[in-house]
Amino acid sequence: MKNKKPLLAGPYLFWALSFIIIPLLMVFYYGLTDKKGAFTLANLARITTPENLKALGFALLLSFISTVICLLLAYPLAMILSGRDVNQTSFVVLIFILPMWMNFLLRTLAWQNLLEKNGVINMVLRFFHLPAWEIINTPGAIILGMVYNFLPFMVLPIYNVLVKIDKDVIFAARDLGAGNVQTFLKIILPLSIPGIISGITMVFVPALTTFVISDLLGGSKILLIGNVIEQEFQQGSNWNVGSGLSLVLMIFIIFSMALIAKYDKDGEGTAF
Amino acid sequence: MPNKLIDIVGVSKSFGDNLVLDDLNLYIRENEFLTLLGPSGCGKTTLLRILGGFETPDEGKIIFEGKDITSLAPNKRQLNTVFQKYALFTHMNIQDNIAFGLKIKGKPQSYINDKIRYALKLVNLEGYGDRYPDSLSGGQQQRIAIARAIVNEPKVLLLDEPLGALDLKLRQDMQYELIRLKNELGITFIYVTHDQEEALTMSDTIVVMNQGYIQQIGTPEDIYNEPENAFVADFIGDSNIFDAIMVRDKLVRIVGVDFPCVDTGFGTMKPVDAVIRPEDIDLVAPEEGLLKGIVTHIIFKGVHYEMEVTANNYEWLVHSTDMFPVGTEVGIKVDPFDIQIMKKPESEDEEAVSIEE
Repeated sequence: MKNKKPLLAGPYLFWALSFIIIPLLMVFYYGLTDKKGAFTLANLARITTPENLKALGFALLLSFISTVICLLLAYPLAMILSGRDVNQTSFVVLIFILPMWMNFLLRTLAWQNLLEKNGVINMVLRFFHLPAWEIINTPGAIILGMVYNFLPFMVLPIYNVLVKIDKDVIFAARDLGAGNVQTFLKIILPLSIPGIISGITMVFVPALTTFVISDLLGGSKILLIGNVIEQEFQQGSNWNVGSGLSLVLMIFIIFSMALIAKYDKDGEGTAF
Repeated sequence: MPNKLIDIVGVSKSFGDNLVLDDLNLYIRENEFLTLLGPSGCGKTTLLRILGGFETPDEGKIIFEGKDITSLAPNKRQLNTVFQKYALFTHMNIQDNIAFGLKIKGKPQSYINDKIRYALKLVNLEGYGDRYPDSLSGGQQQRIAIARAIVNEPKVLLLDEPLGALDLKLRQDMQYELIRLKNELGITFIYVTHDQEEALTMSDTIVVMNQGYIQQIGTPEDIYNEPENAFVADFIGDSNIFDAIMVRDKLVRIVGVDFPCVDTGFGTMKPVDAVIRPEDIDLVAPEEGLLKGIVTHIIFKGVHYEMEVTANNYEWLVHSTDMFPVGTEVGIKVDPFDIQIMKKPESEDEEAVSIEE
């Protein structure tokens, strides 16, 4: 019996090794060596070039804004959903999940078609003799794409914690004299922090590293750090610099997650 | 006699097609320990929630100290609730849990601190203020839930099966604790439970409910000794319930044998329900009893033996401190005043009669 467990873990071990650990080690290897294979920190230092710093800053800014917008949209929605009974909920949840079943690229391409100068939205606007909406190839379009694509990842974790809050706990707050607003601020919001945290994580990280959304909706003018890394790999064929920048990005992600986790541990919910 | 504090007038409530409370009338006096007792689904918790303000009745009124509070929000009512699963705020420590209601009301910090100290002392949990609910046992959490409610000085404390999740020993300890608390605070307790022993131990008044109707209102002694119908007799304690015939005043025919009793006014040769408590049956020598039977089962229960005696095709449940081995022939004797006669419900529907107090 004793031998069976490692045997069963085999496929997962193989998976983790070949698709997570080895690629990660390769990123480290390429990131810390130059083309001749000698150790160097120059690849990491490439982040300090003005263009790259700008791309990183811009990516941080846009993903931060997107995360905030997602949170503001998702929380009320999750509250409405959690207040309904199961039959109604499953339908509304379905509506939200439905777009997620479609390919991410297709959805973003669809937005590109909608937003283009001669796209669907502007055609409709023109028909009504309204001014055109020139949003394509602006940061606004990228934020819109991020929010659209990542909103479900914010709604679901928040919804999950909200439905788990015991109704009696809310009754107890009301019973002890709290009005609706006080009950929300002092009980519901703090108890839903874990959901908010995982929602933020699931939106912020993919938004920070995306290059598809900025490619399709931002044109080639707006470069995010994801685009820069992509270009190093694809066009420049410079795996070393690409890996180096990836490492820097990874550090940023780990740092922000640690920051969030720290606030979470303080736990009183006042941090948000 | 103390004044009426709460008057429940003609309250009905249904959830969809399910009628939970039907035209219920009840009043609660100041300083009373009143227990709503009944099987699950009898409407007792719904009634408590209506009192707490978490449900609105479809019909009827709740009068509190002469004022109609039927549609008043829970946070505006002068009563507090202790919930079945405690419903403590897990993201706050014990102090903040207890202080919650007082902070909302904007009481000064020194007053709040005094109250926390007083409440923790009252529930014997001094020094627990900085701990979090999750680090406390079920019994301790329940006492914190009580402390959290009473610091607000409610006129009435509503308790929704507060001991339901505790083990037997703890439950018994908490029963005494609750009686002590009630006496120290001098407020009204409205207590919901399905546990008849809990109800008998603690209450001044027991309201037995079934299917949305009040079956009987009375002191624990009344309810136990003089059940008004077969449901109450069956629900409170063990009992032998017979389809009997009232031969005439003071004589009832049970399983074909005439027993002298003390009840009058049921008419002659009328079908009735007769209840005999197991501890009221005396087992004697076969020739000394009113009828003979054979002991078929015996279980040792600690204080007494629980026996089943088959006599005239009926299994009599008997509690006795004397032991009769299985197979013994015994005589059955019942004192006249130990037989409780009740009118038979005239139809199926009437089985859950509404009784006006």
